[in-house]
Amino acid sequence: MAAIWMLAKREWTRFFRQRNRVSAAVVQPLLFWLLFGAGMSSAFRSESGEDFYAFFLPGTVALIVLFTAIFSTISVIEDRREGFMQSVLVSPVGRGSLLLGKIMGGAAIAWAQAMVFLLLAVVSGQLATTVAWVPLMVLMAVLAIAMCGLGMMVAWPMSSTQGFHAIMMLGLMPMWLLAGTFFPVPEVVGQRVGPTVLGWLMRVNPLSYTMTEMRRLMNPSLDWSDAAFAPSSAVCWIITVVATLAVLAMAARMVRGRYAVDTIV
Amino acid sequence: MSIAQPSKVTSPSHTLAPVISASGLSHRYGDRLALDGVDLCVGKGEVVAVLGRNGSGKTTLFRLLSTQVPLSDGVLSIAGHDVRTSGQQVRQKMGVIFQSPSLDLQLTVQENLHCQGALYGLSGLDLRQRARVALERFGLLDRADDRCQTLSGGLKRRVELAKGLLHRPEVLLLDEPSTGLDPAARLNLWATLEELAAEGVAVLLTTHLMEEAEKASRIVIMHEGCKVADQSPAELRTMLGGQVLTVHCDQPKSVAQALRDSWGISADLVDGKLCWECDDVAVVNQVMSTVGDQLRSITLAQPSLHDAFIRLTGTRLDLEPTA
Repeated sequence: MAAIWMLAKREWTRFFRQRNRVSAAVVQPLLFWLLFGAGMSSAFRSESGEDFYAFFLPGTVALIVLFTAIFSTISVIEDRREGFMQSVLVSPVGRGSLLLGKIMGGAAIAWAQAMVFLLLAVVSGQLATTVAWVPLMVLMAVLAIAMCGLGMMVAWPMSSTQGFHAIMMLGLMPMWLLAGTFFPVPEVVGQRVGPTVLGWLMRVNPLSYTMTEMRRLMNPSLDWSDAAFAPSSAVCWIITVVATLAVLAMAARMVRGRYAVDTIV
Repeated sequence: MSIAQPSKVTSPSHTLAPVISASGLSHRYGDRLALDGVDLCVGKGEVVAVLGRNGSGKTTLFRLLSTQVPLSDGVLSIAGHDVRTSGQQVRQKMGVIFQSPSLDLQLTVQENLHCQGALYGLSGLDLRQRARVALERFGLLDRADDRCQTLSGGLKRRVELAKGLLHRPEVLLLDEPSTGLDPAARLNLWATLEELAAEGVAVLLTTHLMEEAEKASRIVIMHEGCKVADQSPAELRTMLGGQVLTVHCDQPKSVAQALRDSWGISADLVDGKLCWECDDVAVVNQVMSTVGDQLRSITLAQPSLHDAFIRLTGTRLDLEPTA
């Protein structure tokens, strides 16, 4: 436990000593939100009646969590390159503890950043105080853990950060985009192939369920009766938790495996 | 001087309780056999230097001993625990100092020590006290709150040592520990290693520097993945018997032929120089009378560890291996 706590604390300490990480993870999503919000607000109206600022707010939170988790887990590659990892790998700490330390540290940072953003949204009047705060905070924590687990899965077998960026652009960003963050999940009944395929892709993406629940918690008064995709809260929570556990199990399996990069000193 | 082909050498029996005991260690990187059936024994309070050129297998041996790579062939027991079945216990008893730095440069010296301590199950007052003792021992108290990225190479090395010793290991493994150290820091390092050995710690280090290996209580020479010697520096020096005559000339092959024809001398050609063991100073005159006009230099000297290394491996330590 002491080792997990220390590894998590180390992530936190390192984060605040690298100021560019703080700005990169918050400022970029904030800019996206403001710019897209301004650009899209006249053309966009969701089935539930929100304007684009309100619709895009949960997506921005998810983006902050995703970016922060990526920056935290990418440090695995730096740890290897700078040599810190070799001293962890020859210590009696198991790979599972190493994984948990990294994920908990990264997830705590991601969660805290997302909370700061939400508080700013409340202060600036973009988010009502009627938000269901406790479940929202829990959901954000689960999301942060899942994203960090995903980040560890991607970062662990890699020997360079360039590879990570490629996976991020090809895998993680589309995953975020196809989760009802930027546009609503379309219906799948219809003749047109494009929206049907898109609709199914978004329905099999577990993040879509997390985002649906997050929108619901941020704006409890929304009317979902006309929405094409409106799974119940229970379904959203179950899928979110199961997907997170699956990601953690896969990440644990991965860090226990033997990779050539583990022996590069 | 006859040059030995790489052959397996068994560990000398000694009275010290073995802390590291290895037999038949082999390791392959794909098709390449990097380590070939190495036996090794390191006793309590011993300082053993593993000497070899780049690619001789010493780093692979270090990686196996430090549990960085899984054991594929052979038996390895450290501090009474089998590495295959009790990896965590072995790691708990072992301090490892890598050739490349293993510090978190964003953290302070103290934070690095605390992080290391937590990895080895230390916490609270015990950890703080041990960190303080380690800082004192290595003269780092006044730099405890400085970030590691601001330290010089020598100071970073001291922090590495402090880290490696924080949990009071029974075995200390060091990979090329003198890398990046100035002469004064090297002396300090050796004083520390001798101190630790006196406290009963088994120390094993890899090196490609003869001067460093000379200070060890035992030298293990590695060549092409095999252990070719495992003796004390004094035993290695006396291995060659008399003296060594070295002849430097432009046409070593024709000179060697002339010496063989005239005096029956069988010299070895090592890195462009002819050398052989000889007991009689008169041989110098014989050589001078036969091929004196072709020589650049002729040296008669007591055998050094370098000569022993050449005898055992057929090559000089300070030359890069050819592909």
